[in-house]
Amino acid sequence: MIRLAQEAFDAGAELNAFREGRRESGAMASFLGIARGEGGATTGLELDAYPAFTLAAIEAMAAEAMARFHLHDVCVIHRIGLIAPGEEIVLVVTAAAHRREAFEACDFLMDHLKSRAPFWKKEHGPAGPRWIEPTPRDLADAARWDEP
Amino acid sequence: MARVLLFGRLGDLAGWRERTFEPAPNSLDALRAVIAAEDAALGQALVDVQVAVNLAIVRGDAPLRPGAEVAFLPPMSGG
Repeated sequence: MIRLAQEAFDAGAELNAFREGRRESGAMASFLGIARGEGGATTGLELDAYPAFTLAAIEAMAAEAMARFHLHDVCVIHRIGLIAPGEEIVLVVTAAAHRREAFEACDFLMDHLKSRAPFWKKEHGPAGPRWIEPTPRDLADAARWDEP
Repeated sequence: MARVLLFGRLGDLAGWRERTFEPAPNSLDALRAVIAAEDAALGQALVDVQVAVNLAIVRGDAPLRPGAEVAFLPPMSGG
């Protein structure tokens, strides 16, 4: 299940719903990204997306992860709009027969969401808003999955 | 008519995020030229920015049909 969420969501409830009825997936791995407060330097994030395009891009990443890591299923929920410090930004959950594939697929998806999914992130704070662009580390993290 | 969408920092720079251009320029390069003629800073900012036409990424120039939706996509940052 892949969706963009305008409002805060309950990651625990999403995890349980995803787990429901699974009898053949021996492993589920999850990642929850949370907006940092930066000791008051940040009052919140604003996530912009191009909904149809963004969803299609995440669907393509999920399909690649499904094939590459032999997943049974994948869940990606990504917030858009205003996000307060302490709120969740993104939840990725993967289900596979064994843990290694589930862990690696989760890592792969987060690396791709970070710098290749069509989101634009603005940080609000006392010093005014600023757009956050991917760091060299973010780009390198995604590139390590590319074919040589 | 072409619908143009600006994302991220481009919208702040331009002072708009969505606009229609009438008549529609017949190519992406022609659209960039129309934009650069009225806002040189924006025109400069659109050079080397990824572009999607009707939800598909295009590289370089591309023809635009009437009704096209053109989105300028600066470096992406999610998660």
